[in-house]
Amino acid sequence: MLKVTNLSCQRGYNQLFSNLNFNVNTGDILRITGANGSGKTSLLKILAGLNAPEEGETTFNNHSVKSDEYQNEVFYLGHLSAISAELTCIENLEFLTGLNKSIDQHLLIESLDQVGLKGYEDEYCAKLSAGQKRRVILAGLFVSNAKIWLLDEPFTALDPHGVKIVEDRISKHCAQGGFCLFTTHQDSALPNQKVLAL
Amino acid sequence: MNIYLQTFKRDLRVAIRNPSSVLNPLLFFVISVSLFPLAISPEASTLSQIAAGIIWVASMLAVLLSLNALFHHDFENGVLEQMVISHHSLPLLILCKIAAHWILTGIPIILLSPLLGLFLFLDGESVKVLMLTLLLATPSLSLIGAIGASLIVGIKNSGMLLSLLILPLYIPILIFASSAVSQAQFDLEISGQLYFLATILMVSLMGAPFVSAFALKISLE
Repeated sequence: MLKVTNLSCQRGYNQLFSNLNFNVNTGDILRITGANGSGKTSLLKILAGLNAPEEGETTFNNHSVKSDEYQNEVFYLGHLSAISAELTCIENLEFLTGLNKSIDQHLLIESLDQVGLKGYEDEYCAKLSAGQKRRVILAGLFVSNAKIWLLDEPFTALDPHGVKIVEDRISKHCAQGGFCLFTTHQDSALPNQKVLAL
Repeated sequence: MNIYLQTFKRDLRVAIRNPSSVLNPLLFFVISVSLFPLAISPEASTLSQIAAGIIWVASMLAVLLSLNALFHHDFENGVLEQMVISHHSLPLLILCKIAAHWILTGIPIILLSPLLGLFLFLDGESVKVLMLTLLLATPSLSLIGAIGASLIVGIKNSGMLLSLLILPLYIPILIFASSAVSQAQFDLEISGQLYFLATILMVSLMGAPFVSAFALKISLE
């Protein structure tokens, strides 16, 4: 269980949120909503361990954010796609997944195929569109063994078919005992999603 | 493949495919050194006296010029975020990036230095000492530079700030290295300077990756 207790976050002079408490249980899909600047990204960054909260704490099965047990289980997809233009799709993917756990190349090629990038393995990422770059890191997400998916605007730049692929994978991941927290301004057809309004 | 080796290879690969960021500092190094004989005097006696200082100052500025690229691209495209949250050791990942940086700037500077030394009428023995000081000290330049580069990673147009932060820390290296070469020209003992350079290298090797990792985490917040 992912447990958030009394979390507060301040950016500059703005108090984004304070005394935030919620639990995410196995299989839960939590959609974080709120206006621009309400702290959605900051919350996800705190949960990923990138930012320190002003107050409060986050634990996963009683392990704190800093612990290896927690970090091993997290996959964070930020606004930036973490793709280097000079590298090919497969080189980018090998490095990104390697930061979590090294994965066989044929699984990576399969995953690229699943996000609709079959035949693009050796294409330089400089030549890809924004949506295709997004799909490369999503391919990395789909092969990762992380339980907690923290997705910041995962549907940005994706076409309707791409959105459908991501939604299906989120449902499947959570049905298999994973957790997913995501933010989006788009309508999401994900079933059983809980909503956290900031 | 081991992630640390992968990080090292990735940085080399990115640099080879985008060579301008590596070639610009080297070009600056060669051009700035070769302008001195034109501006000061082509006399062998004058040039050989100041050769060590010129080559050392130019190599230091060339390294400084190359430091911006160390973390900047990875910060802009989000790879640094992924490195920070990965469960692998961030100081070690940074050390791999620094190693790649040294291979791409330090080694070419060491290899070019005998040629530039001959331009400036340095004798063979002194060229050897010059290369030895560069071999001992350019890794320290990359290591210490990484601290500055990680502190300014999120700041736009920060070239000046990097120089202000890093140059004072480079001064001891400059003093010991250039005095080693000048003393070698008079056949004097240089082991003291070399020990100092080696000590600086050891201390920065131990400390810089950790300080740099800490600074990167702050910069990303």
